[in-house]
Amino acid sequence: MTLPEFFGCTFIAFGPPFALFVFTIANDPVRIIILIAAAFFWLLSLLLSSLLWFAMIPLRDVLAFGVFFSVLFQECFRYIIYRILRSTEQGLHAVAEDTRVTDNKHILAYVSGLGFGIISGMFALVNVLADMSGPGTMGLKSGTEIFFITSAAQALSIILLHTFWSVIFFNAFDTSNYLHICYVVGSHLFVSLLTLLNASELYITTLLINYIITIITGVLAFRVAGGTSRGFKKFITCQ
Amino acid sequence: MAAHVQASSLPPSASAEGAGIVDGSVNGETERLERPPKRQNQRNNYGSNNQDQPDAAILAVPSVVVRDSGGSRPSRLSGGGGGGPPTNETEEEQGLKYGAQHVIKLFVPVSLCMLVVVATINSISFYSSTDVYLLYTPFHELSPEPSVKLWNALANSLILMSVVVVMTILLIVLYKKRCYRIIHGWLILSSFMLLFIFTYLYLEELLRAYNIPMDYPTALLIMWNFGVVGMMAIHWQGPLRLQQGYLIFVAALMALVFIKYLPEWTAWAVLAAISIWDLIAVLSPRGPLRILVETAQERNEQIFPALIYSSTVIYTYMGTHYTPQQSQATASSSPSSSNSTTTTRATQNSLASPEATVASGSRSGNSRPHPQQNNQNRDGSNTLASEGMPLVTFKSNLRGNAEAAGFTQEWSANLSERVARRQIEVQSTQSGNAQRSNEYRTVTAPDQSHPDGQEERGIKLGLGDFIFYSVLVGKASSYGDWTTTIACFVAILIGLCLTLLLLAIWRKALPALPISITFGLIFCFATSAVVKPFMENLSAKQVFI
Repeated sequence: MTLPEFFGCTFIAFGPPFALFVFTIANDPVRIIILIAAAFFWLLSLLLSSLLWFAMIPLRDVLAFGVFFSVLFQECFRYIIYRILRSTEQGLHAVAEDTRVTDNKHILAYVSGLGFGIISGMFALVNVLADMSGPGTMGLKSGTEIFFITSAAQALSIILLHTFWSVIFFNAFDTSNYLHICYVVGSHLFVSLLTLLNASELYITTLLINYIITIITGVLAFRVAGGTSRGFKKFITCQ
Repeated sequence: MAAHVQASSLPPSASAEGAGIVDGSVNGETERLERPPKRQNQRNNYGSNNQDQPDAAILAVPSVVVRDSGGSRPSRLSGGGGGGPPTNETEEEQGLKYGAQHVIKLFVPVSLCMLVVVATINSISFYSSTDVYLLYTPFHELSPEPSVKLWNALANSLILMSVVVVMTILLIVLYKKRCYRIIHGWLILSSFMLLFIFTYLYLEELLRAYNIPMDYPTALLIMWNFGVVGMMAIHWQGPLRLQQGYLIFVAALMALVFIKYLPEWTAWAVLAAISIWDLIAVLSPRGPLRILVETAQERNEQIFPALIYSSTVIYTYMGTHYTPQQSQATASSSPSSSNSTTTTRATQNSLASPEATVASGSRSGNSRPHPQQNNQNRDGSNTLASEGMPLVTFKSNLRGNAEAAGFTQEWSANLSERVARRQIEVQSTQSGNAQRSNEYRTVTAPDQSHPDGQEERGIKLGLGDFIFYSVLVGKASSYGDWTTTIACFVAILIGLCLTLLLLAIWRKALPALPISITFGLIFCFATSAVVKPFMENLSAKQVFI
């Protein structure tokens, strides 16, 4: 039972990101490098927030504090990577085999967002997955049985959200749309703080709200990237 | 450990790769036949020479790049010196462009090597526990006191490093004295041990871990086939993929040996020490690895295949493929013969527009005999025929400066043209000699298969780098925390990226360990000390950030 659960949860959380990676990233070396660089920046932000959490000994048990600052650090590093990518855009344009990377500004945003998301999801889930593969199973003595699957679903939503957030965030700074910046930071804070409720096993609430936010953010990112409902309809009906 | 990146991935815009001539193969040491000779520019050398010796010839090999390091010097390597300085910017960018592909070409094998090590560490407990120790580490860190462990680790790593230093210097001395047989014997012996003995141990532990029974005849049959194919692929010839696979496996095996037999703290100390040693050995003016690389350049040889992972196309393989065409190509010395065309095309690539005409001129001229130069050739090859390095002679003839000043010092303004001509001459000269032209062919063949002319350049990464990256990641994963492993992995890849970026900027052999290992060590300890408790707290409460 543990092994199927392991594979199931792995595919729930990382199946869609893996597909995104294979179909949109893997063919272009520049994108792979940007993805890994984004992951590295996320790691740096995590390192900073962990250091802060570690240093604040009295507040270690108050996870809300750590989460709050972690979100702020992540958004700061998103801004840093935005600055870096924009300042190296000229170079990238010359370097990139496939000039779409720079012709369409959203690709850079998407790639770095996916990098953020994948590493974030991995860090959140990978040890849980390692525990999942055996020898024990959740929910035998106490605790909830759906711990793993809800974790996996949350991780997927976070990965997707990071991708959408980056698209919105980069575009917002390009167009000085402060509303969108506030939306990104606000929704990130909201989603992260909302998951604090998972500790009291309010899975339906958190998952439902998180996925609603994911869909809203996805729609917003789609519109920001120039998508229209008509285009979407055409895409769906394969016209 | 030969831990350095070799720069040969450079853009065609400035590369004179057409001037390729295969080395070693001629000299009866067939082991080297299959490996593309590697070269790299050393900016300082040829930069200074640019002023002193305005007319020198290059002996570029396919993977060689003749190119100015952008920005620092306005003068370009242009045929006849006629070409105005093209924008350094573009060249730099192109360097980065090909860099991007080659970065991935190194990411994949490095990741695979780490994957093998991490998977083994996590599935076979044999490799994660240290009970037997290497001879080089007499202090076993058995005391619980951290201070004792610390000096044990430092002493162990000091001993191990001195062994490494002595071995490296021994290798350099042997190489300088051209004791190729001894070096090859040494390398063959060590890869023999890895491919047979250590692989057998690995197989045994693998079967034990998964509780699979296997009889000795089957195991021996598997071992025999695996080992013999590996020896052939590494030291003689074989498909590039196979060779790369074997090199990755050998590196992973070696990393596992280090992880298994080094005491805990010693392993970390050795990682730190080896990256410092790498820095010294590659960058300092008298550093042994630098001497090795420069000597190899001078002699127009490639460094031993067993020590270097190469991302370039296989030459032997292509050569065998194209052998049938070869007679045809040499028979028709017309410009349309694919052989010469690719050569000159590459040269064309390497030049700015004025040189393109030069190149085409030389292309059309390839049918005309160059008796004089042929003679030069022959003279040269006579003098050095015993050594089997006609190229060096070549160079010395042209330069009139027979003492090996180093290939990198030979750059000059009109070298490209000469190279192109020489190339063709060599070809025509050697057309009688089936073996030689065959080898020559092997050089140009990749060009034909990849008309965009990018594939023949490759980056070389020392196997030592693979080994120590994998030691770091494997050691990190042996603590059972996956976030640390991933953090190390990402940090090492970013370090590798930065190293390759510096490579594109500086264009000289760089040590690949220091940046990556520093990042890896920082992230390993930071993650396991600080990030891990935080993330464990978060994931236990299912909080996502």
